Amino acid sequence: MKRFIGFVTKEFYHIFRDKRTMFILFGMPIAQIMLFGFAITNEINNVNIAILDQSKDTETQKIINTINASKYFDSMQEISHESEIENVFKKGKVKAVLVFEKDFIKNLETKKQAKVQVITDATDPNIANTITNYVNAILQNYTQQLNQEESTAYFIQTQTQLYYNPELKSVFNFVPGVMTVILMLVSAMMTSISITREKELGTMEVLLVSPLKPFQVIIGKVFPYIFLSIINATVIVLLGYFVFKMPIVGSIFLVAFESILFIVTALSLGILISTIANSQQTAMMISLFALMLPVIILSGFIFPISSMPLPLQIISNVIPAKWFIIIIKAVMLKGATLEVIWKETLILIGMTTFFIALSTKKYKIRLE
Amino acid sequence: MKTIVFIIQKEFRQIFRNKGMLPIIFVLPILQLLILSNAASFEVKNIAFSYIDHDHSNASKELISKFAASNYFKIIQEFDSKALANRAMQKGEIDVILEIPNHFERTLLKDKKTNLSLSINAIDGASAGIENVYITQIITSFNQKLQFQLIQYNDGKLVAHQNIVTIPSFWYNETLNYKTFMVPGILVLLVTMLTLFLSSMNIVREKEIGTLEQINVTPIKKYQFIIGKLFPFWVLGLAILSIGLAIAKLVFNIPILGNIGLIYLFTSVYLLVILGIGLIISNFTETQQQSMFVAWFFTVIFILMSGLFTPIESMPQWAQNITLFNPIRYFVEIVRIVLLKGATFSEISFQFFVIVLYAVILNGIAVWSYKKVS
Repeated sequence: MKRFIGFVTKEFYHIFRDKRTMFILFGMPIAQIMLFGFAITNEINNVNIAILDQSKDTETQKIINTINASKYFDSMQEISHESEIENVFKKGKVKAVLVFEKDFIKNLETKKQAKVQVITDATDPNIANTITNYVNAILQNYTQQLNQEESTAYFIQTQTQLYYNPELKSVFNFVPGVMTVILMLVSAMMTSISITREKELGTMEVLLVSPLKPFQVIIGKVFPYIFLSIINATVIVLLGYFVFKMPIVGSIFLVAFESILFIVTALSLGILISTIANSQQTAMMISLFALMLPVIILSGFIFPISSMPLPLQIISNVIPAKWFIIIIKAVMLKGATLEVIWKETLILIGMTTFFIALSTKKYKIRLE
Repeated sequence: MKTIVFIIQKEFRQIFRNKGMLPIIFVLPILQLLILSNAASFEVKNIAFSYIDHDHSNASKELISKFAASNYFKIIQEFDSKALANRAMQKGEIDVILEIPNHFERTLLKDKKTNLSLSINAIDGASAGIENVYITQIITSFNQKLQFQLIQYNDGKLVAHQNIVTIPSFWYNETLNYKTFMVPGILVLLVTMLTLFLSSMNIVREKEIGTLEQINVTPIKKYQFIIGKLFPFWVLGLAILSIGLAIAKLVFNIPILGNIGLIYLFTSVYLLVILGIGLIISNFTETQQQSMFVAWFFTVIFILMSGLFTPIESMPQWAQNITLFNPIRYFVEIVRIVLLKGATFSEISFQFFVIVLYAVILNGIAVWSYKKVS
């Protein structure tokens, strides 16, 4: 036991003496949470649009004013001819052009129908679709006001309640996501590197001939990172809570328990990587290059899993991050108890066991 | 010149002899491009919809059949009580609950006004907003049809409503295909990550193992060494880009409207920027672990601030200003406007000169900070 403690102490020294790594380890989560909280949002607002008003009457002016007043749209550029549309799109600033047909007001009064064309730059389909929906909603509202008297007849009113995030803050979605990405990558990367590093520098041989048992070496290696990751998780949750007012509805102990479980899952994945890779370079490329994008894209952090094609929905099941995001959202924002998320928890435990079993089988006591 | 060729030869051999790394360099990016491009979509569909029908009237049934008929919704379940539905929402099984009150139809006919209550899981605020729009559209159109029928039925005389019709038209991507948008972006990321990670680790590795000392005592000049080190990764970056563009065209059928030469011109300068960053990281760190961490730190921030996944226009002004220093931002912009909109050189000249400026400054710092004495 004393030997083991000595070994763990050595590992701690290794990490804490490396100031640059420490700085990044702790600076990273803070920088990311701040960016997500203050700068990055997948909402769409302040969109630049252009207007091509071929009618220029009182009605179109009223509509333009209504649209201008909405927070979704920013500056309005007037253009005078259809041929200019291509140009404004290519410059990239303007995302949509509204085209009012000729004789707009006349058509509205006599034919009872007038047309607005919403041309969007659909290179970003998300923006294009959302803008079209916004314009539609604004115009629908406007038409309803036009027909106010008649439309009070037989009117269905919808009362919408937004659960768990009534102000639609995107940070509520991102805090669990960033936490997952950081814990996953830091834990897996750090362990995989620290073991292959000893191999590469030749000090692994020293450890292997020492009286320490292989599992003691592994646990000793992993231990400091569990500690570091817990600090990171705590910092992220505290930032979410104090800076972004993200509530913790469920039990804080359950949050802690699930986070530690996930950290252990990621660490055991790191050990598995280190048994496969024989140089730091390979270990890092696997844990960074191979893990980063799948963790960001397939975990449901940014893109909704339910909209993905079926084969990818199936693949997403093997990403541990997916399950942790479900768990942490359920506990923190929905106030779920273990009874609700036992299935996801079991999956994480199963994955951890699998990683550890596989790496014990692959772990070699002798160097080649 | 001969010296440089020898160093380049050495570097290429080192890359191709490392059997563990080859699949990571060549297979992994292709696999990721093929698989992940299908997943990266903000489209909201298959919305897990559930309802509670207290009314069981013709009107309520018709309303629900409207939801069943829509492509956006997947009717998961009917619940008997709000409590049961709430519990399912907490478990994450459903995202939307529509509650139709008792006497929905009767109230509508009698009072000409009635209520529906709707609950949406809003943790993902952006999706919730879109879900709300879809639901409102269905209810509004149901309402309009109903009004029309009932007014006609009641007094036979029809008052024509004034109507403003919107005609949507999606340019450059008529079917709103997300792959068109995402494939070029993900390709940019893969090229960037691969070259940055490899170059930032490379010199540090020689430092850590001790072989850098051996090179330092040779007559190799600073610039020869740096060019020799970076050239292989520059070639590698262009190779991955070419494979990726071929996949984009053949597998994903991405339109290539602009001049592909522009993409190569831009990329060849862009790669110098990335390799310069890698070299600077290499010079200022002692171990591969450190250099990897620094590279990772910048990559994550660059990716998130690049406008690839989330629109730059929605950021506050100060954050938009920060993105001006992000090389990935320019690369994403260029690849998208050249491929999808067919932009010409005059339209990308601003981005191009920014990148050239960047390349000069960063590589200047890189050469200056590389010391032959340890």
